[in-house]
Amino acid sequence: MYTQGLDSLGKECLQTPAADAAELTARFEAKVERDERIEPKEWMPEAYRRTLVRQISQHAHSEIVGMLPEGNWITRAPTLRRKAVLIAKVQDEGGHGMYLYSAAETLGVSRDELVAQLLAGTAKYSSIFNYPTLTWADIGAIGWLVDGAAIMNQIPICRCSYGPYARAMVRICREESFHQRQGFEIMMTLAHGTPAQRAMAQDALNRWWWPSVMMFGPSDAESPHTAQSMRWKIKRFTNDELRQHFIDVTVPQAQFLKLAVPDAELRWDEATQHYRCGEIDWSEFHRVVKGHGPCNRERLEARRSAHAEGRWVREAASAYAQKAHARSAACKESA
Amino acid sequence: MTAPDWPLFEVFIRARSGLEHKHAGSLHAVDARMALEHARDVYTRRLEGVSIWVVRSSEIAASDPLDADAFFEPARDKIYRHPTFYAIPEEVKNL
Repeated sequence: MYTQGLDSLGKECLQTPAADAAELTARFEAKVERDERIEPKEWMPEAYRRTLVRQISQHAHSEIVGMLPEGNWITRAPTLRRKAVLIAKVQDEGGHGMYLYSAAETLGVSRDELVAQLLAGTAKYSSIFNYPTLTWADIGAIGWLVDGAAIMNQIPICRCSYGPYARAMVRICREESFHQRQGFEIMMTLAHGTPAQRAMAQDALNRWWWPSVMMFGPSDAESPHTAQSMRWKIKRFTNDELRQHFIDVTVPQAQFLKLAVPDAELRWDEATQHYRCGEIDWSEFHRVVKGHGPCNRERLEARRSAHAEGRWVREAASAYAQKAHARSAACKESA
Repeated sequence: MTAPDWPLFEVFIRARSGLEHKHAGSLHAVDARMALEHARDVYTRRLEGVSIWVVRSSEIAASDPLDADAFFEPARDKIYRHPTFYAIPEEVKNL
C-alpha cells in the first residue's frame, strides 16, 4: 500500500528502547539479505529512510525538470507524428515524476515539501537537464542517450529493497523503452538524411555524449554513498559499472549510425572485452551540479513560474470541491 | 505553497474484464471525481485498464507488519488445508 497515513508507525518505532532497536535493525537487515522487500509501514533504520527520500525525490525532480528541455521542441517538431510522439513522451515524464513523488510520500514526507525544496533550489536533480536543446537533433540524442542511460540506471532499481520505489521503477522502465527507441529513430532519420541533417545529428552527439556518460554520477572512488546503498540493496551496481555498460552498448549503436563518438581515446579493449574511454572532465560535472550549468537558472525559473501560474487552478479546484461537498451535505440534510 | 493537503487516494485498476482490481499506486486529488480522471491520465495511458476504483487512503485499515507473525500465526500449523497433505496411492486417478 502506498498510504502515507500508515507511515506514522515507523516514527513511533524510533522511540523504542535501544535493545528493541537493535533487534529491529537485525530483523531489517536479515530481511534485506534474504532479498525480501521492505514496505512502507515496516520498521526501517532512519538512515535508510533518509537515503531513500533523497534518492527518490531527486529522481522525481529529474523527471519533472526533464520535461523542460524536450517541451522546448513540441511546437517545432518537424511533423505531426513527431509532435504527437514528443507530447506523449513529455506527458510520460510528468507521470513518472508523479509515481516517484508517491513512492517518496510513503516514507513520511509530503509532495508539497519536496516540491518546495525543488523550487527553493535546495534539492538536486539530474545535471543533464541543465543543458540546452539547441536543435531538433537534440530531441533524438536525448531519447537515445539520456533515456538510454536512465534506463540502464533504473532497471536494477526495479529490484530495489524498498517496495514502492521498485514498483514505480517497473512501470517507468516499461514506458521508457519507447522513449529510447523514438530517439534512436530520430537519429537514424537524420543520419540517413541530407549532409546538413547528418551534421546536425553529429553535432547533437558531440554535445550530449559526455553529459550522458556523466549521468551515472561520480566515479566509485568519489561516491561516498555507494557502499552503504549497495548493502541496503537500494543500488545493485556501482556508478562505474553502469557507466561501462552504457558505453559498451551505445558505441556500436553510434557506429551503426556512422556517427563519431566525440572521444579521441575511445578504443575496444580485447583483453577485457570492454570499450575504454578517455578521461571524464569531472570539473564540468561538479560545475553543473553546483548550479553553474548553461540552464540551471532557466530551469528553476520555469518551474517556479509554472507553479505560480498554476496557483489559481489549484485554489479553484479546492474551492470547487469544498462547495460541492457542502452542497451534497445540505442535500442529505434536507432529504 | 498553495492549496496543500489535497487528500491522497489509492488507485485500483481492472486490467481486463474478468480480472480483479489491483492496486496500481496513489495520487492526490481534491475529490473522487478528480482522482478518477487523474488516475486515468496517470495510470492508463496505454490502455492498462477498463475500470478504475479510487479510495481515500485515510479510509483504508491495514494490518500491522510488526504484529504479522502473531496475526497470521493461526494458519501456520494447519497444513491439512492443502491437498498435498493427503497421501493417495498413484493408481487412484481423478483425485
